Amino acid sequence: MRAVDDVSFEVERGEVVALLGPNGSGKSTLMRCVIGFFAPTAGRACVRGIDVAERPVQARRHIGYLPEQVMLYPELSVRRYLGFVAGAKGLAGRARRAAVGDVIERCGLRDVEHRATGKLSKGYRQRVGLAQALLGDPELLVLDEPTVGLDPVQTVEMRELVRALTGRTVLLSTHILTEAANLCSRVVILRKGRLAAVDTPAELARRVERSAAIVVRIDGPVDAVREALAAIPGVQAVEVVPEAPAPGTTFRIAAQDIEPVQRAIGGAVVPRGWTLLEVRVEMPTLEDLFMRLVG
Amino acid sequence: MRAFRALIGKELYIYFASPLVYLVAAAFLAYTGYYFHSDLIYFLTFGFGMNIMENFWQLLFMDIRLVLIFSVPLLTMRLLAEERRLGTLELLVTYPLSDRAVVAAKLGACLVVVVLLIGATVLYPVWLHRIEPFEWTPLVAGYLGLVLLAAACAAYGLFVSSLTDSQVLAGFLTAMPLLLLWLLSWNEAASGVNTLAIVRALSLFNHFQPFAVGIVEVRDVFYFLALTAGFIWATLRVLEARQWRGRR
Repeated sequence: MRAVDDVSFEVERGEVVALLGPNGSGKSTLMRCVIGFFAPTAGRACVRGIDVAERPVQARRHIGYLPEQVMLYPELSVRRYLGFVAGAKGLAGRARRAAVGDVIERCGLRDVEHRATGKLSKGYRQRVGLAQALLGDPELLVLDEPTVGLDPVQTVEMRELVRALTGRTVLLSTHILTEAANLCSRVVILRKGRLAAVDTPAELARRVERSAAIVVRIDGPVDAVREALAAIPGVQAVEVVPEAPAPGTTFRIAAQDIEPVQRAIGGAVVPRGWTLLEVRVEMPTLEDLFMRLVG
Repeated sequence: MRAFRALIGKELYIYFASPLVYLVAAAFLAYTGYYFHSDLIYFLTFGFGMNIMENFWQLLFMDIRLVLIFSVPLLTMRLLAEERRLGTLELLVTYPLSDRAVVAAKLGACLVVVVLLIGATVLYPVWLHRIEPFEWTPLVAGYLGLVLLAAACAAYGLFVSSLTDSQVLAGFLTAMPLLLLWLLSWNEAASGVNTLAIVRALSLFNHFQPFAVGIVEVRDVFYFLALTAGFIWATLRVLEARQWRGRR
């Protein structure tokens, strides 16, 4: 089975890039190729020009990886575990203690540093995962779904931690669009293992804007109103929004170019004696774009 | 080297953080202590005045070997099977470590524990020597043999542990063939003339026997070292296989 096929992109130094796609779209597989866990059957992954499959030990010096499921040795305390990781990444003595102290501080693990990792909550496990990725000061951080399975408060805290990683190159995967839009300078969208789009969140948003919708609430005979709205030049489709707040009926009007339609609505409704209760422009979210790209 | 130190430190910490190693040590010392006692009684009753190396120490070394067969699988079954089950192997292999360092640290930590266990039995000859002095240099060969045998068994156990994520299965599949080899060497009359040659060539224990009477032969040392190296090699290939099999 082909999990990822013909995907090619670059991440510049200091850039934060999101891999975005529904579950099963090949994000984790792609990341595991980047960290050298899997060797790709074709193509290659390079970090600072070092081929990860060919020289994995050298390449991994520059990579910190947070797996989707953070797996820890339940017997070890947080501090001891991080000390082990620091050692495994080649730190020793004072440098090792300093590095461990630093990530404990940075990831907010001070309160649990002596607790066994087997007894940590999901949120803390995830932080320990981030802390171990940060050890050894890697230039590239590969974060596989850093917020998945966290409660809302933990999610916000985790995002803050990721945002605080300024200056580092980050490749993170997520299936949450707002997260990608908030954290990243570029978004790589995957669909069934193939590249669907690569763009900045702003540019993606602009693409969506072109197909915004107008929502109007009108008090009048539903079918007649719909016909009248559909007759406005430039209107592509009119649908009735069910269970909208009374009074009146809510319609969603889709149009390529919003403004002229917006101006014409009053003229189409008011002269016929219907009451125009509300007009607003509904900016489609990135979710809508996402659905269109991957749906 | 630093990475290796960290790895072996972690392995040893996990060993001594779990009750299993203490239970294994207690059982090991209890059984070897019992064998020391009963073999000594046997020697005093039936072999008094005869060669102590052949009639006492040989028996004891053979018996310690038997206890080792049961102890080593309990110490190796966890090594890679648990990392697979916990998923920690995935993180471990993303650190700038070679698979070789990982395998060496695991086997090394296991051997540290085994050598401690075997080392504790030195108490018996020391104690006996204080009561009745005897020529102790041949015992060095016996202990060398025990360590070499344990290394080969541990390497085999590590290899089995790399194949599965079930500790129980790993322990079972390590202990069973060792036991079978022991049974085959125990009653050689049960094997046919043709198969006996094969059994002897394969059996760990026929290569161990010279050590037990104080003889170090290069080919026996080589046999155990080659066996150990062979299973380390096989373990490394299994770890490598994740790259093309696409599983942890």
